[in-house]
Amino acid sequence: MKELELDLENYRNLLNQYITTQDETSLYQAEQFSKLSMQHNISPEEIIHVHIQALRELYPDLPKEVDNSMEFLLEAMISYGLAYQEFQSLREKQLELKSEISVAASMQQTLLSTDKPEIEGLEIGAISVPANQMNGDYYHFVTDYQGTLGIAIADVIGKGIPAALAMSMIRYSMDSFPENQRFPSEILQNLNRVVERNVDPSMFITMFYGLYNPLTSSFKYSSAGHEPGFFYDAKKDEYREIRAKGLVLGVMNDVTYEQFEIKINEQDMVILLTDGVTECRVGDRFIERDEVLDVIKQYAHLPAQEAVELVFKHFERLQDFHLRDDFTLIIIRKNV
Amino acid sequence: MNLRSSVKIQQEWDIVGARQIGRDRAKALGFGTVDQARIATAISELARNIYLYAKNGKIVFETIDDLQHKGIRILAIDCGPGIDDISQVMEDGYSTSGGLGAGLPGVKRLMDQFEINSEPGKGTEIRTVKWVR
Repeated sequence: MKELELDLENYRNLLNQYITTQDETSLYQAEQFSKLSMQHNISPEEIIHVHIQALRELYPDLPKEVDNSMEFLLEAMISYGLAYQEFQSLREKQLELKSEISVAASMQQTLLSTDKPEIEGLEIGAISVPANQMNGDYYHFVTDYQGTLGIAIADVIGKGIPAALAMSMIRYSMDSFPENQRFPSEILQNLNRVVERNVDPSMFITMFYGLYNPLTSSFKYSSAGHEPGFFYDAKKDEYREIRAKGLVLGVMNDVTYEQFEIKINEQDMVILLTDGVTECRVGDRFIERDEVLDVIKQYAHLPAQEAVELVFKHFERLQDFHLRDDFTLIIIRKNV
Repeated sequence: MNLRSSVKIQQEWDIVGARQIGRDRAKALGFGTVDQARIATAISELARNIYLYAKNGKIVFETIDDLQHKGIRILAIDCGPGIDDISQVMEDGYSTSGGLGAGLPGVKRLMDQFEINSEPGKGTEIRTVKWVR
């Protein structure tokens, strides 16, 4: 098939060929012509114009009425031509925005990056995957000279860019707290004040903060309205919900948070998550917390990092690879 | 043919009158049918803006015909409320998303030159030109 050219002569020949043979080849060529025209930003009214001219050349005795009707059609296509041009400029703009957001997303990743600490006798697995480009979930590990491990996991109600911005603020306020303020209740109390003062009242942040001391094997924690995690008691081989009451961050200025403590024994696990995990949707149904736990159980015997990744993959598949919400899951297991 | 004429826009059917004059002039100047239709559509948009937002204004036609080039200049002048944020109305998707038509970005695309001046509370003047190719 010869190369298509975007000119009147070529169109006229194609049209003539189709009118005489009515074969599929000419129709296929018409399709090619149309695609080529789009590549060259040719508006529909221009195609009609070419059509009119071709018709006039092929049928000089075309009834006046038909000729007029073609002019009418041309007029009717003008707005479509404009809409087409607008669509193209919007598409370009969308590409620009997309690349801007991806720059922001990688910057966010740098800002919020946290190293998974190596702690003797403790195995940590963590995964956090945003639904869109930017993540409104956040987790962070802090270790200090005494060897304690602080674990923060937070979720902004809402997702996307505003949520991501709020998270960067949380991260930096936490960095600015004095070293001696490490207790979960204190940290949440301070963060609450920061969020209340600086974040739009319509935005809420839930957060769980835990502090593990390897010397005493104690795990202290407080929660600001965060999705309850699970505690695996190896001796009894049972999973319990980590219950902790507390108001979400940013609602009121002065809030105190209750602090709880549990003892972690060998092979026990602490499982922390965000509601992107528990509010996975399958079709139009939210899955139950029990189902989430069942999936976690299924992989819990594996090394912690492998387990969180497999749980994520499971839910990703369940949701047809289209996350509705940011997804964060942390598993901490005491090995010795 | 006189070089300058104008149509008052007060009612919706004034838009049709403005289109007619614009098309006749464009035809006389030697514009092709596609360009005639584009000019008429641009006039429609300009006149509709006057009718919808300013209530009262005019479309002015000028024929440009000197040795170098031929073209038509179309002005839309009103004493309406003016436009607060010109960059917003010139943004793609701003008026089209409301289904109001091609809007001013559309007019800009249909014509070769486009200039807008607007003062809130005083009115708007849009100057456009299309050249015969």
